[in-house]
Amino acid sequence: MSAVVTEGIAKHYGETKALDGLDLEVPQGRVFGLLGPNGAGKTTAVKVLTTLIKPTAGRALIDGIDVVQDPRAVRTRIGLTGQYAAVEERLTGRENLELIGRYFHHSKSDTAARATQLLDMFDLTDAGDRVSNTYSGGMKRRLDIAMSLVARPSVLFLDEPTTGLDPRSRLAMWEFIARLGDEGTTVLLTTQYLEEADQLAEQIVVIDEGRKIAEGTSDQLKDQIGGDKVRVTIVKPANVETAKTAIAPLCVGAVDVDPESLVTLTAPIRAGGGVVPGIIRALDSAGVDVLDVEVRRPTLDDVFLVLTGHAAETESTTSTGGGA
Amino acid sequence: MAIASESGPLSGSPTSKPNVLTDSLTEAGRHLRIIPRNSEVLIFATIQPVMFVLLFSYIFGGSISIPGFDNYDQYLMPGIFAQTVVFGSVFTSIGLAEDLSKGLIDRLRSLPIAQSAVLIGRTFSDLLRNVITFVVMLVVAFLLGFRFEGSLAAALGGTALLLLFSYGLSWVQALIGLSVGSVEAANSAGFIWMFPMTFVSSAFIATNTLPDWLAAVADANPFTHVTNAARALYNGNPVGDSVVWAVGWSIALIVVFAFLSIRKFNQTSS
Repeated sequence: MSAVVTEGIAKHYGETKALDGLDLEVPQGRVFGLLGPNGAGKTTAVKVLTTLIKPTAGRALIDGIDVVQDPRAVRTRIGLTGQYAAVEERLTGRENLELIGRYFHHSKSDTAARATQLLDMFDLTDAGDRVSNTYSGGMKRRLDIAMSLVARPSVLFLDEPTTGLDPRSRLAMWEFIARLGDEGTTVLLTTQYLEEADQLAEQIVVIDEGRKIAEGTSDQLKDQIGGDKVRVTIVKPANVETAKTAIAPLCVGAVDVDPESLVTLTAPIRAGGGVVPGIIRALDSAGVDVLDVEVRRPTLDDVFLVLTGHAAETESTTSTGGGA
Repeated sequence: MAIASESGPLSGSPTSKPNVLTDSLTEAGRHLRIIPRNSEVLIFATIQPVMFVLLFSYIFGGSISIPGFDNYDQYLMPGIFAQTVVFGSVFTSIGLAEDLSKGLIDRLRSLPIAQSAVLIGRTFSDLLRNVITFVVMLVVAFLLGFRFEGSLAAALGGTALLLLFSYGLSWVQALIGLSVGSVEAANSAGFIWMFPMTFVSSAFIATNTLPDWLAAVADANPFTHVTNAARALYNGNPVGDSVVWAVGWSIALIVVFAFLSIRKFNQTSS
């Protein structure tokens, strides 16, 4: 059985269609990425799936249980980490974790043991007895996720878990999420960053304006939009044909030459890096003077440009639903 | 060690049904535990009432006299008590707005708890904090010479009545806290109507000194009924129908606004 299934879920706020017939199927035990810009409907989808809002149309199931028909049964199976670090800032990390255990009606000793375990897992043992408003952003986020895991949910929802984190905290968070996935927790992750989905999610669905516009693995998506590209700028236009012949064997598609300047060559290359040194050597041994070699990886903007024909909206929208 | 896999503590799925009482106590416990850690709340709950008692007593005490009361303090103190516990209800709207803005309401709503427990726990802990406020005020009032002129039972009854009314207003504040967008808005939306409600009343003056139309408003004000009932009980005077009005208003507020707030809560997400 799939961990999460949605069939044409829609959420309309008057004229605004936050979700407009979204179909998802999330297999069990994987990290699943929901990728899209602000306002694409990611948060709305998470809110429908976590019983916070009712869909205008369609059906959503968690472990086969309908979120509208039996929200309580759904709530026993899910963990939610929303866009804000939802921790009680005047309680300690440990108290926050124990609070969730008590809400699940577990015994005091079980709750305490689980809190200790989670503090350890999330590198918060030393900070566990400190009031959480003294925590850094990354620590609060980790506590936030730990709180969502207290009752061992079957599906964990992470709504933009690294938004607002500094690069180091983001990397640390990626490690935790990857570990959850390795251990077989089903994680539904929303993100605006292709790189993040790329790092963590085995399966990615791209959404825009409340609808699915593409899905596949990270490689499949990148192939769909052209993958990595190299851009070589040479010094003399006279060398352009030599340069083209030299780098062609290292590229995975046709080499385009900028017809105006005759010094810029662009070509798709294998993803994952390691190609640039070869390109430089090949140009060097062909006797071509190189000004610049630049590798461009696809960004979310590229995905959007290719898939929708319009650039990703980057400004945040404020809808009645209060989120993206 | 695995983070979330099925071993170790809490590996069994919870089988117990949601329990409004247990869940409300857990939620109330969350709020009560942070009172001593939250200096703003402590100041508001203790210093502000002391200030009110002292200010009103010394500022108005000399220039106001009420027929039938030799000592204005005996008239005034129940009014201050009433106003202060009623002001205390604003914490419900501020607290809920804060939880909402921090995403805590979303987290609580995604847990398999009795949803109404979040509001019951919140209003209940606010009631307990109001009890603390009340005790502080009472001590100051006694130091200034205020005394229970009736029986102790009557005084306790008067106190219970004030707290019951403020509990009713806590549910009004719950609806406000869930409806406005921010903590700041909750603060002003929660407070603004409290001023006319508590001043256009019998709390500080005799309503017959007001212009006729305003006196009519003041006499119909539920806060007047509550203040009159408490004042009569503290002073050992006949209560008339004020107690019935006060209890009736309080229960009506609780029933209507608990219904509206819980319904609103089930649709609220940050």
